[in-house]
Amino acid sequence: MASLTIRNLRKSFGAVEVLKGVDLEARTGEFIALVGPSGCGKSTLLAMIAGLETVTSGEIYIGDRLVNSVAPKDRDIAMVFQSYALYPTMTVKENMAFGMESRGVPKAEQEQTIARVAALLQIEPFLKRKPGQLSGGQRQRVAMGRALVRDPALFLFDEPLSNLDAKLRVDMRTEMKKLHQRVGKTTVYVTHDQVEAMTLASRIAVMHQGEVQQFADPDTIYNRPANIFVAGFMGSPSMNFINAEISTAGGAPAVTFPLADGGVASLPLHDGVAQRVTDKKVILGIRPEHLSRQDPGNAGKPGVATMSAPVEVVEPTGAETMAVMKFGELEVVGRFSPDEAPRMGENMPLAVDMTRACLFDPATTRLI
Amino acid sequence: MAEATLNSSGVVDHEASVASRRRLISRIVIYGLLSGFALIYLIPLCVVVFNSFRTLPEISAHGLIAFPQSFRLDAWPQAWSDFCIGGQCEGIQRYFWNSVAMVVPATIISTALGAINGYVLSKWKFPGSDIVFGMMLLGVFMPGQIALLPWAFILGKIGLANSVYGLILVHCIQGLSFTTLFCRNYFVGIPDDLVKAARIDGAGFWRIFYKIILPISPPILIVTVIWQFTGIWNEYLFGVVLNSGANQPITSALVALSLNGTTVRTYDVMSAAVLIGALPPLLVYFFGGKYFVRGLTQGAIK
Repeated sequence: MASLTIRNLRKSFGAVEVLKGVDLEARTGEFIALVGPSGCGKSTLLAMIAGLETVTSGEIYIGDRLVNSVAPKDRDIAMVFQSYALYPTMTVKENMAFGMESRGVPKAEQEQTIARVAALLQIEPFLKRKPGQLSGGQRQRVAMGRALVRDPALFLFDEPLSNLDAKLRVDMRTEMKKLHQRVGKTTVYVTHDQVEAMTLASRIAVMHQGEVQQFADPDTIYNRPANIFVAGFMGSPSMNFINAEISTAGGAPAVTFPLADGGVASLPLHDGVAQRVTDKKVILGIRPEHLSRQDPGNAGKPGVATMSAPVEVVEPTGAETMAVMKFGELEVVGRFSPDEAPRMGENMPLAVDMTRACLFDPATTRLI
Repeated sequence: MAEATLNSSGVVDHEASVASRRRLISRIVIYGLLSGFALIYLIPLCVVVFNSFRTLPEISAHGLIAFPQSFRLDAWPQAWSDFCIGGQCEGIQRYFWNSVAMVVPATIISTALGAINGYVLSKWKFPGSDIVFGMMLLGVFMPGQIALLPWAFILGKIGLANSVYGLILVHCIQGLSFTTLFCRNYFVGIPDDLVKAARIDGAGFWRIFYKIILPISPPILIVTVIWQFTGIWNEYLFGVVLNSGANQPITSALVALSLNGTTVRTYDVMSAAVLIGALPPLLVYFFGGKYFVRGLTQGAIK
């Protein structure tokens, strides 16, 4: 059963159309991430699910109930805001009790629920404090606690971790995942951070310019991105895009592109892809980690193409080393383990994992 | 090396002493100027306070502006309960209570309405709400005398002419643009997310107002109350034009008091009466002044 179904949802502010026909669906217990650059419409979409923004056209179902014109309080949802939106004059406990009081939940039941949730989130020591006396991480927990006491059909999170510092954000991300596994509620999570989306979600909707570009599980999003936007947005450093042509000169089909030394690289295509290519021109997409140093172990393997390229910049990060190389005029980033890392100025022999490479149609930018 | 250090530190010492002397001089100038201005503002108040304690013969002998050589309290009870104004010899107490009966409800009602207006205009915006706000803002800049005739007409029509209730109504409406402006500007600083969170939590229009907005708002409510209280108490034009005789507020009655003098001018009693009339706003200033400044400069939430 689906907890949330969205059909052809549109939203306009005056003449500006911010959502252009969104379809989305979350199965019960699922964790859906809405990810995209700022201004892509993800926060508007969340606000519409919450009932804080009106629907221009289309349908939103929570459970099997059409909620287009249902008030936020009657949608059986709870929401965690980016700013946390804790009521500043109330204690943590009063913050958590406010929703239950508004709904006339009996006092004894309120106490029980707060005690249970406070234990779950380990916020018992701050129950009597005001939000102003809490650190960022503690406020974040309280905001989640306020949502959890509702026990709603649907949890909505609007960039809940973006106000935390980097280290705390990683910790809270893990906790969020644990919490979701324990509570098991359907969750819609808005973020601009693709790592958060990849680590937390069971399915990701990548949004851009008011449209869902791709809605799929993290593995598909990462390895079979629907178009160049999704491919470029997910993953850091970004996927490399190389303008190339298909050639069948050597018998087997291969992608070719010019190299810096005037030569031409010819990387044999993986079996399945060749048949789908209809045009000569393609855009080859290679993720940085699919480039590695050529050695006897990988050079002869099926699906691995070899070439070499001059190294321009080397950036060691400790765990791995990024290197910028020249493929013709183009700068291409590779990600290597430190022991196989290139040196500055080296003409590095590369092994390219063509089984993981993506081809895009230059006209439509779609995956071939 | 050590010598060089010593030398340079000597230079620093000299420069430092020059700088600190310059600082001292500028301090003296600043404090002198400020004290001078403060004195100029205080002199009228001092003159009135002194005269309320001096005897009449002393005032006639030495003039209005002089240091007191006698001290008596007689003028105060006289001004409060015996003095004759417009043929009524019961002092200014009646008018004082008229003012109290006018200023308390008018302040409370106009502040409450301003808070609700501000809440709607900042947190429950509707199409055209900015235009409504702009029109209300016009009231801030409109001189009161423009409204005099319409008010006289309306109060006559609804049977509130020459009554304290009429003045309450007038001051509630006249003050509304100010109270709305104050509250709306303060509420704009309250994050919208709080209202959204409360809506999802199941709170409605009034519950959000009472439980979320008002508890954050004491700074601006204090500002509004002080502003309205002093403004309405000191207001004179409406009191003197719309009301007459026993129904006038104290500011208007004080004028009648000075018009009284066919005989000797009783400067001592008049001074005491003026001070009684000025006492409530002065007390508000002494006890609430710091909250007023704080409330005006403070945002809603840091």
